[in-house]
Amino acid sequence: MNRGKPRSAHRPDKPPEIRKLDKTPTGIGGLDDITLGGLPTGRPTLICGAAGCGKTLFAMTFLVNGATRFGEHGVFMSFEEREIDLAANVASLGYDVEALVAAKKIAIDHVRIESSEIEQSGEYDLEGLFVRLGYAIDTIGAKRVVLDTVEALFAGLSDTAVLRAELRRLFAWLKDKGVTAVITGERGEGQLTRYGIEEYVSDCVILLDNRVQEQVTTRRLRVVKYRGSAHGTNEYPFLIDDLGISVLPITSAGLGHTISQEAVPTGVPDLDAMLGHGGYYRGSSVLISGLAGTGKSTFAAAFVDAACVRGEKCLYFAFEESPDQVVRNMRSVGIDLKRHLDSGLLRFEAARPSLYGFEMHLARMNRDIEQFQPAVIVVDPISAFRGPSTEIHATLVRLADICKTKGITAFFTSLSSAGDLMDDSERSVSSLMDTWISLQDLEANGERNRVLYLLKSRGMNHSNQLREYRLTDHGIALIEAYVGPDGVLTGAARQVQEARERESAVVRQQTTDRRRREVARKRAALERQISEMRAEIEAEADEVTKLIEQEDARETAMNSDRTAMAVSRGAQR
Amino acid sequence: MIEKDDSMTMPALSIEKDGPSDHYNLRLYVAGQTPKSLAAIANLKRVCEEHLAGRYTIEVVDLLITPQLAAGDQIVAVPTLVRRLPPPLKRIIGNLSDTERVLVGLDIRARPPVSP
Repeated sequence: MNRGKPRSAHRPDKPPEIRKLDKTPTGIGGLDDITLGGLPTGRPTLICGAAGCGKTLFAMTFLVNGATRFGEHGVFMSFEEREIDLAANVASLGYDVEALVAAKKIAIDHVRIESSEIEQSGEYDLEGLFVRLGYAIDTIGAKRVVLDTVEALFAGLSDTAVLRAELRRLFAWLKDKGVTAVITGERGEGQLTRYGIEEYVSDCVILLDNRVQEQVTTRRLRVVKYRGSAHGTNEYPFLIDDLGISVLPITSAGLGHTISQEAVPTGVPDLDAMLGHGGYYRGSSVLISGLAGTGKSTFAAAFVDAACVRGEKCLYFAFEESPDQVVRNMRSVGIDLKRHLDSGLLRFEAARPSLYGFEMHLARMNRDIEQFQPAVIVVDPISAFRGPSTEIHATLVRLADICKTKGITAFFTSLSSAGDLMDDSERSVSSLMDTWISLQDLEANGERNRVLYLLKSRGMNHSNQLREYRLTDHGIALIEAYVGPDGVLTGAARQVQEARERESAVVRQQTTDRRRREVARKRAALERQISEMRAEIEAEADEVTKLIEQEDARETAMNSDRTAMAVSRGAQR
Repeated sequence: MIEKDDSMTMPALSIEKDGPSDHYNLRLYVAGQTPKSLAAIANLKRVCEEHLAGRYTIEVVDLLITPQLAAGDQIVAVPTLVRRLPPPLKRIIGNLSDTERVLVGLDIRARPPVSP
């Protein structure tokens, strides 16, 4: 069993003959990813944290998941809460501990030590605890053991030297038993636990934290130590709610996710054409930013509507409006989201941004994504979150990564402030976005007109044109914007300019027509002259011919006359 | 909580002497025949004979034989002496070598007519 105790962190690419540390999955989403499989099998793990950060719930989740999902029975030894209270507390997470106890899958033993009832006389040890634990383990064949705040013993028993020795013996004994143990401990001053028991439990230490920043609480978890295994070293936010515990998993180490060539239509046909590819890439991140009232949500809704029509599941995280409000507002622009809600393809998750910290929201989103398995998510808007841009960036990277690895097309909207092209939160996320559409208000001639342009779209031969668009009662319509020597003209100015252009075109047309007519007239006149001259010349030629004929006739006549005369004169005979 | 079962007591060590009113029902939990256990048993017998002669019952429970009894009386440390009667329930942990503390723990010291 214990051949080759691993001394170095294992790597996935190590040859399989080297024995890796066996791990026991906790079944807590995310935690098993961070620890690369779970807690060390057959060894004790210390979970420590301040009051109220969820140590007991973590421990109980470990047992319940073991019993219900991994076929491993567990013993919960509680030094603080009674069985009945424990069962009631975790019932809020959806665990039916009483049923598991009845089925002999979980045993709960409440160890109550009341120092006022106890008198000490002479030497003692904690064999009674060992006996109880051993008996409980053997009775149900437990593989998992939880000691919930074993340090409560220090409050009940005064002889700390004995206690330390006995606790050290207890952890060694648990290892011998081969059970995977979770020991919880209250956070102490300057050390992980109040009585420093992390000294004895040194295989795996997980620290829970509940921090309040700007009046918003975020639960965080960190694997402080994991002997014999690699593990995620960061702090990860986690979430406790009616669906149990979930830890927001690690940012994937590389950018190794497979990407799709498939285009997902945007729901606005003209926009598809602008993108040059027929839509966004599947699995890409899309950011649409703009001022208030530029129709960011409408673009989101158009995209969602198109996806649902194709039969894809959409998850809509609304942070500013209630689902009903979104549905109503979108109906006014001819997008009917109600039918998708009814068919179950669309799900809304609405929450006020101030409800949790930013990371908690992400943990929640991640959980919802895991559950609903959507093809498209919408986060409307990311600018609702206030906080340091590094934090927003880090957590958005995680969300974008989660979506990319799952092939989910993520659609983010962001409210930008007037004047600025890019504010802090946008700049921090811009590098994550594959496609960025900017919506703007152009103010001219006493009216505001909406234009959009593609700030970027990775991997697409996209249009670089500014386009005016209108929110009509049947969706979004893009209009060719007038780009002339005076810049981009929109709205009334565009119409005026177009009218002006039309007018001058008419004038030009008329001028050409007139010229053409003149030429035709000239040509006709010339031709007439030519034919007159020709007729003249022919008339002259006729004259000449006549004259020649007359001349000839005279000549002939003269000749005949002369002959006749000569005859008469008798000169000839 | 615990079913009273005579088979779980150790007959050789149980001494039954019934008293009408202030009868002491004591139960001593040990784990195996360790020196600590044996010392506790001997110390208890001595104290009882000296101070509670004729009005006590001692029941010795070996948790290695009957581990299921440990949870019922909230045993953590061994040896543990539990005063089941008279109420209230009292516990004394250790090998009972400090007689003074045993007497205080059993509320014997506080009682007026007990001779030293």
